[in-house]
Amino acid sequence: MRILVCVKRVPAPGAKINVSADCQDVDAAHLGFTTSPHEECALEGAVQLVEEHSGEVTVLTLGVGEAEEQLRYAASVGAGHAVLVEADSNAWDPQRTATALTAAIQDLESSDGPFDLMLFGNESADSGGFQVGVRVAHALGRPIVNGIKGIEVSGDGASESLITARREIDGGFEVYELPRPCALGVMEGLNLPRYPTMKGRLASKKLEITTVEAAAGAGGQERVKLYRPPETVSNTVVLGTGADAAPAVVDVLEELGVL
Amino acid sequence: MSEFPNTAKVVVIGAGIVGNCLVGHLARLGWTDIVLVEKGPLPNPGGSTGHASNFIFPVDHNKEMALLGEQSANQFRGFDLSVDSGGIEVARSEERMEELRRRMTSAKAWGIEAHMLTPAGVQELVPFINPEVIMGGFYCPTVSVVDSLETGTVMRKEAIETAGCQVFANTEVLDLTTDDAVGPNGRRKITGVITDKGTIETEHVVIACGVWSNRIANMADTYIPLVPTVHQMADVGPMDILAETNNEIGYPIIRDMDTFCYERQSSGSMEVGSYGHRPILHHPDEIPSNEEAALSPTEMPFTPDDFDDQMETAIELIEMLGEAEIKYAINGLLSITPDGMPCLGELPDVENLWSAAAIWVKEGPGMAQVVAEWMTYGYPRVIDAHGADIARFYDEEKSDAHIWARAEESFIKTYGIVHPAEQWGDRRHLVESPYRSRQEVLDAEFFQARVWERPQWYNSNADLVERYGLAERGVEWDNRWWSPITTGEHLNMRENCGVVDLSAFQIYELEGPGAVEFADYLAVNKVDVAVGRSIYTPWLNHDGGFHSDLTMMRMAEDKVRVVTGVFDGGRDDFWVRKHMPNDGSVTFTNITKSVTTLGLWGPNAPAVLGQLTDQDLSQAGSGYGSIIDVEVAGVPCQLFRISYVGDTGWEIYTAWENGPALWDALFEAGREHGLRATGGGVYGSSGRLEKGYRLMGAELESEYNPVEAGLARPKVKAADFIGKEAYLAAREAGAEVQCVTLTVEDQTDSAGQQRHMMGGNEPILTLEGERIVDSHGRVSRVTSAGYGPSVGKHLLMGYLPNELAFAGTDLQVMYMNELFPVKVVGPGSAFDADDSRLKS
Repeated sequence: MRILVCVKRVPAPGAKINVSADCQDVDAAHLGFTTSPHEECALEGAVQLVEEHSGEVTVLTLGVGEAEEQLRYAASVGAGHAVLVEADSNAWDPQRTATALTAAIQDLESSDGPFDLMLFGNESADSGGFQVGVRVAHALGRPIVNGIKGIEVSGDGASESLITARREIDGGFEVYELPRPCALGVMEGLNLPRYPTMKGRLASKKLEITTVEAAAGAGGQERVKLYRPPETVSNTVVLGTGADAAPAVVDVLEELGVL
Repeated sequence: MSEFPNTAKVVVIGAGIVGNCLVGHLARLGWTDIVLVEKGPLPNPGGSTGHASNFIFPVDHNKEMALLGEQSANQFRGFDLSVDSGGIEVARSEERMEELRRRMTSAKAWGIEAHMLTPAGVQELVPFINPEVIMGGFYCPTVSVVDSLETGTVMRKEAIETAGCQVFANTEVLDLTTDDAVGPNGRRKITGVITDKGTIETEHVVIACGVWSNRIANMADTYIPLVPTVHQMADVGPMDILAETNNEIGYPIIRDMDTFCYERQSSGSMEVGSYGHRPILHHPDEIPSNEEAALSPTEMPFTPDDFDDQMETAIELIEMLGEAEIKYAINGLLSITPDGMPCLGELPDVENLWSAAAIWVKEGPGMAQVVAEWMTYGYPRVIDAHGADIARFYDEEKSDAHIWARAEESFIKTYGIVHPAEQWGDRRHLVESPYRSRQEVLDAEFFQARVWERPQWYNSNADLVERYGLAERGVEWDNRWWSPITTGEHLNMRENCGVVDLSAFQIYELEGPGAVEFADYLAVNKVDVAVGRSIYTPWLNHDGGFHSDLTMMRMAEDKVRVVTGVFDGGRDDFWVRKHMPNDGSVTFTNITKSVTTLGLWGPNAPAVLGQLTDQDLSQAGSGYGSIIDVEVAGVPCQLFRISYVGDTGWEIYTAWENGPALWDALFEAGREHGLRATGGGVYGSSGRLEKGYRLMGAELESEYNPVEAGLARPKVKAADFIGKEAYLAAREAGAEVQCVTLTVEDQTDSAGQQRHMMGGNEPILTLEGERIVDSHGRVSRVTSAGYGPSVGKHLLMGYLPNELAFAGTDLQVMYMNELFPVKVVGPGSAFDADDSRLKS
């Protein structure tokens, strides 16, 4: 199987994220960067599929030069090829991104044939547009299902076998069968992504990254400004210590109507 | 939680391992009304303690670091928050094997069990290492792994329970306040701490803020020279062989010294840490807040490119690491100082503002005790801490440019092989003597003494090597940072004469109606002598140990000059200002950079000088210990008849701008008298050692008193002085040990090579190979060493118990893990014991 995984470099979660003085970007001074968590799962899913059915995983990202870090990370956990669609900023909107990705994928496929499966994160961890995967699949004329938390390839993985994808709904699952080539937007929970091994990390350094220039006209969205929403402040009231606190706890529970 | 206080006796800022242990030790020493503030949450506020690897390798060549490391390890053990995992330093090169043999020597000195291991021996203890890539190992069974966060918590609770210490987490210090009543001593006094919870008026403030310490010091317009520096660490695993131990630490820690890495088990995983990457430095203001940090402020985002080389070498040693997953990796911050030593003690320019900074977990509890004792007794009692004294720094060392450059250069030395005489490559010639241009013509080899450059020898004197039939040393290590030219300069001085540049002398003047009385208060020996006379005297601390050792000159009825060594200049400057009356009766002036000094010594010295002055230069006209005003070749000078090298001559003082003219006149007059420019190798080492002159910081430390050092005079002056009571008690008790000179009787090692001890704390042992330790726990070790060309033997100095401290006693010294026979000369000189040359 030939699987393409599209990933995005995003600020590492867990920290307060500041906005640059011109309100056009995040302030990266204290930030580490990572791959969007949905896409980490997509990558893990792809690696597991080729481990089971043989084949190869190509990872692709559109971003600034530093996004090479995420490509090498992908290589360190099992991607065999890496493509950087190099953009001049982090401010590309979903439409423009999808146009550039489509062109890049078409170019890759023109020489090596179509990817059996394209995996996207359901949405990126930073801008959360929910659009890129759908736009690319549509442009390439391929079916896509979003929200996926399970992927199986029937049979021995031969080219005619179907891809089965599963997503959670209230009280159960929806199961889709897709012909190849196709695309999926996956979510965290698909699997538990592995960490790179030290040998994997060292091997990833030797990987040759294909770099192409992102070519696409402006999309329909324009970044006006980024801002931090006001922090929600929660107040903690200490009701007492030990058994002495019990009456006050009862009062609160009564106030809430649970007693 | 208690109300935020308005006042406190002492505010300690920072609740890492240091701040917590500090409040605990202050409580033990009887302090109350203590407030501990911390900007982060407890128990892990986000400083370096929280990500420390928490292991202690107790063997260090440096005495302060070794003994305080051991002392700290024992404090951790006392709380039962420590496990002796053992640790092995492995070598991949012969040079490192030699360093491990040097480690064995230091282990012997400090009484720490240690063994050399073969590669197979290493593998026996750590079965998963590859013995093929190493040549051997240095095993120390008492390497320990400690719980620094819990130890901090326990110490903090002890302070809360026993001394009512109030603790405020999530409380950020916004400013420090001082008074502005600067008197003649030039010092302000700390008055308060402004936090986001309120302001506390206080008598004392301690900065125990780890990597943020300088930022806090800057709030009081002062400076703690340290820079936050990245140490990379990755946690890789799981690995079955580790998990099967069912233990946090079941195997000895490996330090792969030649690749600057360590591998330390952490339950089922291995922590791989590195000091081998490029230096990555951060300004304190670049450190994120707790909110801005994904992990913690001092666990910065990992930069994997910097770690790759270390990974490769780690896999060479432990193959299973290659298949293990990197679960967690950080650029952890720790503190680096310009000279690798911590910053402890009172800030020289702000009274009662204390630094307890640049301390790693491995020495945290011990150094906290040092600072607590310093605050309580005016001096640390647990150990002599002069090497860590914050007052040691000169102004030129208190800049970001300096500390960054030094950290860049020193980071790789964390696991490096550092020669005792190793010189810095960068930040040289920060302060130069007036003779630099002349010394360059003579191709001087400059050694840096803190910020001052001093010629160690002059390559223009290379002809002396042939004249005296000298040779390089056969072993490269012993020959490094040394030259036989220095021996040639020594022999020429003994035969003819030499000029030594002493511009790095630190010179102060005390002046005013109270100057002599105050000078007497500082000194053991009587300063109130006739105008034109000088004294050589110890300065003691209140416990009677050495604070300093220097000369003082009665320049006028109301003026005393103090001349001290460059390594003690900062500390002595501070000591004077700390103790001087601030009522205007005494003024203090540091005239170091306006007065320059040349030493002229050797049997031909009077003949040389006699051509340049009409002054009677006999002992009648320029007697030993006198200081007189004369003109030398028309240059106004002061002649001080003294010698630190064992030959007659003078220290000649003149105005800085007159220095070059004086130099030229002396060399012109000396042409026919064999005069040579002579370096610090003679002044500080061979000349001094032949005479057995004690050196502050080597033989003289706060742990020893003048009686033991052989510097007690027959009588005690009537005037009061610092440490007098303790000094009288020491005289009454008598010396248990004596400072002596020893000769090395055979320098041949097992490979047939001549070896040269360097005064790096080599242990002095009995003929049975046993350590010699006195009742205070002080070990007999080499405090100074060097070749004595006129004695024809390698000379050592150190302290020995009375029963061994007499001439002819046969003992041994260990060097590079081999034993060499030595013989005691005694407390006196190995050369010209009756001083006939000196006073001729």
